[in-house]
Amino acid sequence: MDDIALRAEHVSKIFGQSRVLDDVSFELRRGEVLCLAGENGCGKSTLIKILNGVYTPEAGAAFSFGNADAVSRITPHDARSLGIHVIWQDLALFPHLSVAENIVFDDYVASPFRPLSRRAARQEALAVIERLGVPLDPDSRVEDLSIARRQLVAICRVLRAGARIVFMDEPTASLTRNEVQTLLEITRSLSAQGISIVFVSHRLSEVLAVCQRVTVLRNGALVGTYSTEGMTQTRLSQLMTGRELMLTPRHAACSGDPVLELRDLSRTGEFEDVSLTLHRGEILGLTGLLGAGRTELAHVLFGMNRPTGGELLKNGKPLTLRSNRDAIRNGIAYVSEDRLRLGLVQNQSINMNTAVTVLDELEKPRGFLSPQRLRGLTADWIRRLGTKVSDAELAVSSLSGGNQQRIVLAKWLATKPDVLILDCPTVGVDVGAKAGIFEIIRQLADEGMSIILISDEAGEIWMNSDRVVVLKAGRISRELTPDATTEASLEEIINA
Amino acid sequence: MRRLHLGTEGVLAAIIVALCVLLGLTTDTFLTTQNLFDLLNNQSVNMIFAVGLVVVLIAGGIDISFAVAASVVQYVVMTLLIDHMGGGSWLLGIVLSMTVGSLLGLVNAFLIHRFRIVSIIVTIGTFNLYFGLLMVFTGGVSIYDVPDWLYYSVPLIDLPASRGSATLYLPVAVMVAMSLATGFILTRTGFGRAIYGFGSSPEAARRSGVRVGMVHAFAYGWLGLCAGVAGLMQAHIVQEVVPNALIGQELPILAAVVLGGATLGGGRGSVTGALLGVLLLAVVQNGLNLLGVTPYAFRMIVGFIILVAITCSNLDKLLPRRAVSQEANS
Repeated sequence: MDDIALRAEHVSKIFGQSRVLDDVSFELRRGEVLCLAGENGCGKSTLIKILNGVYTPEAGAAFSFGNADAVSRITPHDARSLGIHVIWQDLALFPHLSVAENIVFDDYVASPFRPLSRRAARQEALAVIERLGVPLDPDSRVEDLSIARRQLVAICRVLRAGARIVFMDEPTASLTRNEVQTLLEITRSLSAQGISIVFVSHRLSEVLAVCQRVTVLRNGALVGTYSTEGMTQTRLSQLMTGRELMLTPRHAACSGDPVLELRDLSRTGEFEDVSLTLHRGEILGLTGLLGAGRTELAHVLFGMNRPTGGELLKNGKPLTLRSNRDAIRNGIAYVSEDRLRLGLVQNQSINMNTAVTVLDELEKPRGFLSPQRLRGLTADWIRRLGTKVSDAELAVSSLSGGNQQRIVLAKWLATKPDVLILDCPTVGVDVGAKAGIFEIIRQLADEGMSIILISDEAGEIWMNSDRVVVLKAGRISRELTPDATTEASLEEIINA
Repeated sequence: MRRLHLGTEGVLAAIIVALCVLLGLTTDTFLTTQNLFDLLNNQSVNMIFAVGLVVVLIAGGIDISFAVAASVVQYVVMTLLIDHMGGGSWLLGIVLSMTVGSLLGLVNAFLIHRFRIVSIIVTIGTFNLYFGLLMVFTGGVSIYDVPDWLYYSVPLIDLPASRGSATLYLPVAVMVAMSLATGFILTRTGFGRAIYGFGSSPEAARRSGVRVGMVHAFAYGWLGLCAGVAGLMQAHIVQEVVPNALIGQELPILAAVVLGGATLGGGRGSVTGALLGVLLLAVVQNGLNLLGVTPYAFRMIVGFIILVAITCSNLDKLLPRRAVSQEANS
């Protein structure tokens, strides 16, 4: 019994009319790494917020810790004194303060009027950094650090606050593969120190690599808790979505005409001598480690940066792109990686977000915008992409991640491109929505669009590409067809 | 970038020293005790405003009502003292100015915090409100008959100089005291660091348990307090209270504080920086006067300095080397 760090039973939560959590039980062992899995909107965040004291559960819930008596709710104060901490995806750090100050910030809040000693704060921070064994400089400013380093700062901070139970929300979402490895090692060392960790992640391979057990929620209800031993990604996504996902490899033979040809394309310091041909109706997987030059190449193909050497041909004719407007005019569209920030104007309506790339078109022939045509265009795309939208006049921020991604796609598809570049289209999108997005991508290719799919998830690339190009340090290191390889060996090639 | 940024104060100080040397060589009046003391005497009011304002900027806000608030404080305090307290004294004057000033600041804090209005809008509102009230109630009439304690200047340091003597007056000491107090709160107390934290990331601060209402109340209240003190000092220096004596000062002081490393985004800035920002603009103005340049050129040059300074501090963001780290950040 005393190896249970936290047990929650009969946890329910109702917001207005909807029951977000329905009689969920949750159990966390001491020193365990547990995964909390489920699609977006399944109630994970609500459960975390209840366990962290942010929300009050409906009556009837029982929470117990170790061998203490059960309580009916966890107050924020309880959460603090029990050492329950959440590291949200945004990390909640202070970019302008030093690493040391971020780590000891809770002292500032707890005793605001005690005179400070900078040196003592630095010493304490250093002690935590050493305990975690990470390469952090206590004096550097957090704004100068990479996301991975910032995450370490956030971990140091909860350690310093005496964390016993740490929830990590999507901790690997913006990390490179090596950084993920470091994080997973740190996670293991924390668990060896008796700290329990709850991992929330959409990357199932990581979940299976680091967690001992996985608790699956679906539509606010508990599906079950399973050992990760013998668990496969396919089975886990089935449990999360409650349906069989149609994820068969594409591997379609492709022999369309060349649409886009790159001949020894280079941009100094970013990539060199990249030659490849994209055919009509082809999905070309472009992969490689973060920093291998994938995104940089995409920026050049989209006219955002000029190449320093080589040439680009579109339908056999040389093409010079001076700006991304040139690229759009020539039928090239680019869906950026950070779509939620760069791809959408969050507080504008779904209609406006969809139409923003073609406002000029919609003004023709009379020179002013026709609201009917605008609504017609949006309605058409919403239907074609199967987006769930109750009212297209609502702000785009009211949509779920997967549906927002569809709007970004719609926005670019509205420019009627024949080349579509997708930069990590599934980052932060849950399993069910991922499948939906790939269905759309495949359909577009079948209709004759040429697609460059950039991703660092070998599985995605292997499953959905007709051809795979692996970049390494700015050069093409391998070109292969998925038929001739397996997901696992592709993963090895990427990391080699 | 970091090297440049950590050294905002250092860079400013170096520029000021360089300017001083230059002016010392080109004029024979600049590097005299008399001129330097006058510079400090004249700038102490602006400096007190600046150390108050930097707190608001660090907390991620902005306030443009402080200068007219200081005028209101002058009127209220003088009227109270003259009509109801038989003239009062320095102690009473300072305490009353601080009280009335911080109350006016708290009005801003209350509106910003309670109704979630952006600080610039609130303070544009109170700027007009305070000034309008002042003009309505005073009818634009100045107070020339200030109490004796306020009328006579209080010399602190008196040095013999080429022409008569060079004297440092009370306002400079008050400025130093206000700067030290503000600096202590900002750098030596947890509350001060929490203000930086709040300015840097309000959401993170809120989640860490920082009492946002307290941060707002302190930032705007402290600026109000500083404005009250600055108002009293200004009345002391000019020996009268004129309703429109301070209006228009808010933007140059804001510019000086931004020059000193504070940003409108919050989380950045320091008392030293704010003081040096005011000093830099003062030295430039003083130098131009001594060189016989038309005063009309001053604004132009100040604008130019600010644009150059801000551009330089942003240069690194425009350099291509950042591309890789930006990708890692996204």
